Parts: sequence; structure tokens; C-alpha cells
Amino acid sequence: MELPVELTPEEKRKRRQRNVALALALAAFVALVYAVTVVKLGVNVMNRPL
Amino acid sequence: MTQAAASIDTEGARASLAGPSDYVALLKPRVMSLVVFTALAAMILAPGALHPMLAATALLCIAVGAGAAGALNQWYDADIDAIMTRTRTRPVPSGKIGAQEALEFGATLAAFSVFAMAFLVGYVPAALLAATIAFYVFVYTMWLKRLTVQNIVIGGAAGALPPVIGWAAVTGDVSAPLPWLLFLLIFLWTPPHFWALALAGSEDYARAKVPMLPVVKGARATRNQIVLYTIPLAAVAVAPYALNLAGVVYGATAAVGSAAFVALAAVLWFAPAERERKAALRVFAYSIFYLFALFTALAAERLIGLAPEYPVAEQAPSAIVATGESRFCAGVCF
Repeated sequence: MELPVELTPEEKRKRRQRNVALALALAAFVALVYAVTVVKLGVNVMNRPL
Repeated sequence: MTQAAASIDTEGARASLAGPSDYVALLKPRVMSLVVFTALAAMILAPGALHPMLAATALLCIAVGAGAAGALNQWYDADIDAIMTRTRTRPVPSGKIGAQEALEFGATLAAFSVFAMAFLVGYVPAALLAATIAFYVFVYTMWLKRLTVQNIVIGGAAGALPPVIGWAAVTGDVSAPLPWLLFLLIFLWTPPHFWALALAGSEDYARAKVPMLPVVKGARATRNQIVLYTIPLAAVAVAPYALNLAGVVYGATAAVGSAAFVALAAVLWFAPAERERKAALRVFAYSIFYLFALFTALAAERLIGLAPEYPVAEQAPSAIVATGESRFCAGVCF
């Protein structure tokens, strides 16, 4: 039988810090890909057949 | 059963006390700073002008790739790090981060950095970044470090490649002589830099059974080698000026800086045994300043327009961006 895991307040605090850091890293990566795409496409993003 | 034991026993629910700063420490940020700085200097030197966003992306990829290599090194070397005083507080030996977690973290970041470099900046710098990480992890960490006294000499190639990667990020190729001179500069700088540190902490390496030069050949042989390496290093350092690839500001910095390096190595060579550690640490500290000074002089000279003009390569990625053509668009334009 699996025992329920009771995290200590310190463990919960560290887990929250890790989660926030990972979320920020992922958001930064998305922003990076978006920004590089805009830079690479430049004005050509408007230059396409409709 | 205690609460902590219960949390460890429960499948897949190991509680961790590692915070974000421990993961940053896993990336060896001090080594990373030198890597990023030398790559940045090479990007400034390279002919052509990469868009600042792409330049920042390339630097980020290099930084993350170097950090990933550091994390994988700490995964593999956890047993050695736990023995050595200098490294026993690192996240893995101190128990803050599990070895398996360090492996997964490092491998994920390595893959991310290489693929991001390939798709966002270029395939040539991505291939070089992948080769650098692979060389550091497989050749240096797994193979040479515990095998031969020449470990950091050959392994130094990994630390010497970032300027070539930075250059490739701007120009798309690595056929020019200057990035390879910078490679050679760092390659020859690495042995005296590391051996000075190893001389100051040889007991540490001896306990961990790492065959560093002072452990295997002794302090005298190490002092000899440090002096011997500073001489070709000085020659390579002034070569960019001699070959008209750098200006007089760099030339003077390289000449004076190299002379001081040789002099400090000579002071170490003549030092009595009781002053050896102090003299070795002085060489180590100066070596870091020396490398920063040389790359700062090269980059500053280029930025203020004192460096000789370098021929602009055809088909530089920056030129493609500047003309508005997108490499994203090849064949898959919408």
C-alpha cells in the first residue's frame, strides 16, 4: 500500500520555487522563439498570397 | 517510519529541498561566464552584423549548452566531487540534487541548446556546439579525466571552441584564421591555468585519484610545464597583431599581459616550497584576468574602430536577415 506523502513546509516552499522557475523558463523560451520568428520573417510576414 | 522516510519510500514522490539556485549551480555559472564572454568577443570580431536578437539567442544557446555540459560533468563526477574539498558542496555530492536528476537536467538542456541554435541561428554553430558538449562530456569527463595526465590538455579543446561557435553564428562558416587563433589561445591557456589550480590543491586530486600533473609527476614537473606553456601561449597571443588581424591596442595588451604571465610563471618556478601554493594561486588568478583582458582588448578595439578591417564573408546569415529574406521561408513559405 502506498503511503500518502506529507511534504514539510520547507519542501513545499522549494517545490513552489522550482515550479515558478520552470514556468518562467518555459515562458521565456516561447517569447524567444516568437521574437526570433518576427526578426527572421521581418516585413515578409505581410508578403504572402491571400 | 518517519515522515521523511515515508516520502522517500513512496513511489516516485521523492521530496527535494533543491531550489532554483541549486540548479543554477549545476550549470557551473563561473565557467559559463568565461565561455559566454569569449564567444561574445568573437561575435563582435566576426565580419558582418548579426541582428541583436539573433546574437543574444546564439549567446543564450552557448551559455545553456556550456551549462548542460557542466551539469553532465557533475552527474558523472559526483563520486570524485564528494571527495574533493573544493567540490564537495556542489548540488549532487551534497545531496541536494540526485545524480539521475542532474543527468536528465543536463541532457535536456544540451538537446534544447543545440536544437535552438540549429533552428533559430544556424546549423554550423549548432554542430559546433553539439561537438563541444560531446567532447567535454564523453572525451574529457568520461574518458580522459581519470585516465591520463594529459586530461586537461586535450579536454581544453572543449573550452576553447566557444569563440569559434560565436564566429560561426555570425558568418556561417569557420574558414577564417582568427577564430582558430582564438581557439589556440584558449587551448594553450588552459594547461597553465588548471595546473596552477591543481598545484594549489593537489592533495584534493590525490585523494580523489584524479591523475592531475602535480599528483602524477610532482610539483617540480608541474612548475616546469606551466612555464613551458606560457611561452607558446605568448607567441599565439601576439599572433593576431603580427598577422594584422588585430590592432595596436590588442598588440600592446597581449605583449604586456603575456610578459606578465611568463614572469608570474617564473616566480612560481623559483618559489620555495612553502610559498608554492600562494604563487600558484597568483598564477591561477592572473590567468583569468589575462584571458578577459585579451578578449576585452580585441572586442573593444573592434567596437571603437581601431582594428584592421576584416573581409566580409559572402552569404553571412546576418546579410540574409538584413535583406529581409528569411531562411525559415525556404520551400515552406506561406
